[in-house]
Amino acid sequence: MSDSHAIATAEAGHDHGEHPAYLRHHFVSLEQQQETASFGMWLFLLTEIMFFGGLFTAYLIYRNWYYPAFVAASHTLNIFEGSLNTLILITSSFTMAMGVWCAETKRRQGLIISLILTLILGLGFLGVKADEYHEKYVKHHIPGHTFSPQGFIHPDQEALKGGEKPLAPDMAAKTEVYFSLYFAMTGMHAVHMIIGIALLCGMLWKATRGAYMDGNIAYVENFGLYWHFVDIVWIFLFPLLYLISRHQ
Amino acid sequence: MSEQYKDRDPNSGHPDGEHHIVGPLTYLTIFGCLLVGTALTIGASYLELGPWNPVLAILIAVIKATLVVLFFMHIKYSSKLMKLTVGAGVFTFLILVGMSLSDYISRAWGQW
Amino acid sequence: MSTIVSLPDQSTARVPKRNYLTNENGLMSWLLTGDHKRIAILYLISITFFFFIGGALAGLIRLELLTPQSDLMASDTYNKIFTMHGVIMIFLFLVPSVPATLGNFLIPIMIGAKDLAFPKINLLSWYLYLAGGTMTLAAMITGGVDTGWTFTTPMSTHFSNTNVVTTGLAIFIAGFSSIFTGLNFIVTVHRMRAPGMTWFKLPLFVWAHYAASVLMVLGTPVLAITLVLVVLERTIGIGVFDPTKGGDPILFQHLFWFYSHPAVYIMILPGFGVISEVISTFSRKRIFGYTAVAFSSMAIAVFGFFVWAHHMFIMGVSNYAVLVFSLLTMLVAVPSAIKIFNWAFTLYKGSITFETPMLYAFGFMGLFTIGGLTGVFLGSAGTDIHLTETYFIVAHFHFVMVGGMLMAFLSGIHFWWPKMTGRMYPEKISQLAAVVTFIGFNLTFFPQFLLGMLGMPRRYAAYPQEFQVLNVFSTAGATILGVGYLLPMIYLVWSLKYGQVAGANPWQATGLEWQIQSPPLTENFTTIPIVTQDVYDYEWLERQKEHEVTHVG
Repeated sequence: MSDSHAIATAEAGHDHGEHPAYLRHHFVSLEQQQETASFGMWLFLLTEIMFFGGLFTAYLIYRNWYYPAFVAASHTLNIFEGSLNTLILITSSFTMAMGVWCAETKRRQGLIISLILTLILGLGFLGVKADEYHEKYVKHHIPGHTFSPQGFIHPDQEALKGGEKPLAPDMAAKTEVYFSLYFAMTGMHAVHMIIGIALLCGMLWKATRGAYMDGNIAYVENFGLYWHFVDIVWIFLFPLLYLISRHQ
Repeated sequence: MSEQYKDRDPNSGHPDGEHHIVGPLTYLTIFGCLLVGTALTIGASYLELGPWNPVLAILIAVIKATLVVLFFMHIKYSSKLMKLTVGAGVFTFLILVGMSLSDYISRAWGQW
Repeated sequence: MSTIVSLPDQSTARVPKRNYLTNENGLMSWLLTGDHKRIAILYLISITFFFFIGGALAGLIRLELLTPQSDLMASDTYNKIFTMHGVIMIFLFLVPSVPATLGNFLIPIMIGAKDLAFPKINLLSWYLYLAGGTMTLAAMITGGVDTGWTFTTPMSTHFSNTNVVTTGLAIFIAGFSSIFTGLNFIVTVHRMRAPGMTWFKLPLFVWAHYAASVLMVLGTPVLAITLVLVVLERTIGIGVFDPTKGGDPILFQHLFWFYSHPAVYIMILPGFGVISEVISTFSRKRIFGYTAVAFSSMAIAVFGFFVWAHHMFIMGVSNYAVLVFSLLTMLVAVPSAIKIFNWAFTLYKGSITFETPMLYAFGFMGLFTIGGLTGVFLGSAGTDIHLTETYFIVAHFHFVMVGGMLMAFLSGIHFWWPKMTGRMYPEKISQLAAVVTFIGFNLTFFPQFLLGMLGMPRRYAAYPQEFQVLNVFSTAGATILGVGYLLPMIYLVWSLKYGQVAGANPWQATGLEWQIQSPPLTENFTTIPIVTQDVYDYEWLERQKEHEVTHVG
């Protein structure tokens, strides 16, 4: 019961020579498919913004409540390692953007090199992070039953020379809140990095076999969006966690 | 096949720069800006600016993030829909943070 | 009584041989399907399963509350029963109910597309739902949770010794099912509309789902991170909500309700979409104020994000926050009220008939109005201080969710049953079931408003003797309600084999879904439609009927 007033029927069928093999049949054109994929990835990134949003909310509240504890705890983070990680991630964003450009302009070698560089930088980031986490473990800064605020109540010689003042016991105890947020936020970020690196390895493997050179580059572009987003999260984490008034 | 739908296609209406390919020079420039921004934010943390320290840090971070979103993530060259989508996400994030904080900030106000 | 039902000649009519149900055979063709219609059916079966578990738990609650003492079960057990009832009904039934079943089935067809934008992600959504649901059941069987579905801290993080972690993770997983469904819908509606299908020719069902999807995508992740933080606090001792470590339990509530308030709009908006379709069809009129209904759906989605702390008036938020959130709550009631007015004006001077979907829709309009208005009482901070944490709240949300949303769900299932299965349900018994449900519902939940005002607190197994009479009424009503819900299970399954053949358009409704066969082909349309007709154009349909010869759909 099709009626001509409501629905004018369009031409039926087409042969596969008219469009690339990777065009899925519920789309009418390649353009529609690629824009749809991109839109889908952006919506997913919106969910990630809100996911981290909860953590940022918690951070901003407790930083306001326990400022001295946050300052003291933040000073125990190695600013050199934090800055290095920031540089690593920003560079990896650059190499990933270059990778997308290589895919768009069908530069196979360039794509592979860009992806390898991004991968190395990503792994480097995680390596530095692991070292930082180890340091936190050694200093009893991991929240939970191993946590000890002693280092804040009685700072050692090195800290005192650096300008640290001892905290009152109750404020010193609040450094556990800082470290809870530190591990929650950088931990979540690291989980996203690990997932990204896993996807990147898969993509790199396919690129070495000649993929992404026929115009079907949606995967590379959308992975790039994900990678840049992870970079943006770090761009905010770095000053908030590492750079709380280093002038003291 | 898509030709006959062009006029009536509700999904069309893309800006001219739809297939705009962002080149290495742009990426390099933005990369440089990000490095400068990082140096600035590290340096600024060593300055004594009182309550403006966190404001400045967030401001620099927002500028860096904006550069990444506009250029590395191609939003500058994307459709209005994409720009609106990003805006909606940022807006909702600000509502979450802002309205939650408004409770905490106002807890000590007056004795009602 | 008159009817608009127009079925093909039953002696010659047959359900079309080639349709989405018969296209492929075998279990794998179902478990690995990308077809949005099959996924909708998979969801329908799983959602019904969880609904009956949640319903059984409700039965146990009402049974316990027959007597003032906690004699059927210990208080601890009662806590677990109402917690699981809430968790299952909200996360495993109400949130996915209309979107995952009717939304999945109908949205591509209503916009003239062959499938959703991301069919594989659609299937993934269903598996995530199953995983979350199974984990929830496992948590329930191995000891349950007793914190209430709201997981309030510090009970959930420190004092409860039940399966909080398992349930929290289960809901985390189910949340992603919801997120991916919403993501799929948004992209589909933006990018997959057929030529000529402009935004203002979309059925209001699609607008409603679009608004709900925005809420799903932006709100659910906040619940996700909140549950992660609760799990971390319970397992490794991260003290974000722990007052003894300097954390704030109220922060949990801010983050939890930031999702859970928009969640109630996620639950109800698709129901609004169903009601729009049903009321216009059974009044033979276009919806009064289409634009107002469309925009008010979006307004509910936006404003829904600004009001969450009205669940926290007595919890320790600042007076300033109470003031602001109370005011905003008054504002968010306006778009919902606009819809009720629009539906009422649609009925005015319409040619109304009383088939089952319409009976449920009438039930919806009355019961949702009552529930919504009582919500305004609760949004006013002064009255809320007296009424919160009492049975008034329980009655309020059951009126909107059960009297509202569940009735809308049943209305939609009956309305689109012929489209999904090719068969009509039996009209007389279904009308009876609708009436039984309405009576049972009112008897169950209206006394609870009175109980709340009289001061009976919620989430208690034992209560003072003076409240018993009303509780007995409530339990009696629950029994009748149970019958009302069991009947559709029976006759809908019966209709699969013995129901009359429906044909393409038994309701003579407008909309693209009624122009294709029942059940639809896997690819929905043999050729992509070009839409020229206005939505809900019943005048045109009347004129067309004058010249039409009825034939097999």
